[in-house]
Amino acid sequence: MNFSYLTRRALVTIPLLLGVSLILFFVLHLAPGGPTDVYADNPSVSPAALENLKRELGLDQPLPLQYVRWLGAFARGEWGFSIRSGQPVLETALERVVPTLFLGGTSFVLALLLAIPLGVFSALRRYTASDYVFTIVSFLGISMPIFWLALMLQSLFAVQLRWLPSAGLETIGDGGFLDRLRHIILPASLLAVVNIASWGRFVRSSMLDVLGLDYIRTARAKGLSERLVTYRHGFRNALIPVVTIIALDFAGILSGAVITETIFAWPGMGRLFIEAMNGRDYPVLMALLMIGSVALVFTNLLTDLVYSLIDPRIRYE
Amino acid sequence: MNNQSLELKATKARDESFLARAIRRFKKHRLAQFGLVMLVILGLAAIFAPIISVYTFDGQDVALLGQPTAPNFRHLLGTDQLGRDNFTRILHGARVSLLVGLSSALIATFLGTLIGALAGFYGAWVDSLLMRLTDVVLSIPILPLVIALSGFLRPSLPLLVLIIGGLGWMGTARLVRGQFLSLRNTDYVEASKALGGSNSRIMFRHILPNAIGPIVVSTTLAVGGAIILESALSFFGLGVQPPTPTWGNLLTGSSDFLETAPWLAAFPGLFILITVLSVNFLGDGLRDALDPRL
Repeated sequence: MNFSYLTRRALVTIPLLLGVSLILFFVLHLAPGGPTDVYADNPSVSPAALENLKRELGLDQPLPLQYVRWLGAFARGEWGFSIRSGQPVLETALERVVPTLFLGGTSFVLALLLAIPLGVFSALRRYTASDYVFTIVSFLGISMPIFWLALMLQSLFAVQLRWLPSAGLETIGDGGFLDRLRHIILPASLLAVVNIASWGRFVRSSMLDVLGLDYIRTARAKGLSERLVTYRHGFRNALIPVVTIIALDFAGILSGAVITETIFAWPGMGRLFIEAMNGRDYPVLMALLMIGSVALVFTNLLTDLVYSLIDPRIRYE
Repeated sequence: MNNQSLELKATKARDESFLARAIRRFKKHRLAQFGLVMLVILGLAAIFAPIISVYTFDGQDVALLGQPTAPNFRHLLGTDQLGRDNFTRILHGARVSLLVGLSSALIATFLGTLIGALAGFYGAWVDSLLMRLTDVVLSIPILPLVIALSGFLRPSLPLLVLIIGGLGWMGTARLVRGQFLSLRNTDYVEASKALGGSNSRIMFRHILPNAIGPIVVSTTLAVGGAIILESALSFFGLGVQPPTPTWGNLLTGSSDFLETAPWLAAFPGLFILITVLSVNFLGDGLRDALDPRL
């Protein structure tokens, strides 16, 4: 990999993100309705006051002009103020990013710790009963409507058994480590379910692909122990394609788990998105969507780079 | 085995048509057959819902008003708090859920195939333009955008299908483009060109049928994704609105009764799970059956 490739690859992200922002801005603003709708039916707000409010928010300007203004300010780091709360958008987002990373990070680590051993285990025991069980369970995992599983687990562990709290980040007035742990178990496990299933299946098939290659036969032929063949030669090479998938799912963490955070009243970015949606809080919505998009684009970039580091066969021109 | 029978076997393998080979492979895939059977049953149950059940989806039994009742002989899956038969509502929900899932997947496939075919066939600036567009849309966090759009537009059923399908074409587009790139220089395409075949004829009569396997697989898998997405949206009140029952909005109403009547929430979700599971099994089996490299 050389420096000019790196620069070129990094520069491409600029038009990409411009395109994303253009689509998002126009789609959100062109949808019928607007932030002032909440006042429209309120008899104590006169039409003139509504017009004033729109002017103050800049919503009376032509849309392309609004976009250019927003883009200029956004690029300079001036993310504006939330229409709903009046708080600075950047501050609001930063406040919410911590719980999101806490939840997303926990479930990410959990999924990683389970998916890789399960996938390898299943691949090494191909066509045995435990492999079939793994296959069926992983199919169940990728087919699972997560919001329903959330309801069922809430019903079982929080409502019927009363072992775990049903929602929230912590008990008000508590917030100790144990209390937080009890709160994160359900949402983090739920978020991990789909990832464990899909990564596990991917690890399995990647492992099987690699174990069928010639150099594995060579390694066996020269008398290496099965353990060394499997782990040094097989496993390490099987992980290379897995990196891409895991990285993309990692990017998803940053935009927040909208559904899980909403069901578990988790004060993160995903829930903020739903709250901002209800008030047509354009500055907050745009900021959150752009954060998610930047995360996707840069994870992609990073994956390419990591790829060339861990796989010496890959050379970018 | 003697030479003659070996020879016979080889001829047989060569003579076997694409379809016959696909069917033979599909028959080996037990899970895919299970999926197909389940989907046929569910599809028939959805189509004949008004005949199967003696109740209507919005008919109330006034004697049962107030609290949900547990499953019993008269009401197989119990009734909800308004005295409506749960089994009937799930059957009718299947109609909407399956319809939305299927049509969204078809729209996504249609868009993706069109974009991918144009890009792969014409190459040059058409390819650059369409693939950059694909890159851009792939860089958007799709789930939040779908949620926001549904929240803003309060979509009707067709519009909901358009939103879900319209934001799910990117994978198919890349797939079809790749297929077209590798097929556009084949001899039979050259032959058709030499015979004066029009571009659209070459694209859709000659190339597309040879790329159909992966497209069928991705469409099948997209049905499952669309069903989950629709039910999630309806669950949050952003998709199909009551009184029209769907598996998603049946769950919304039942989540208030998790303590007293947990079965009310259990069944619609089980139907979603079984349907999507069947779709994924079927997709996996089709992938094995239609892969020309095997």
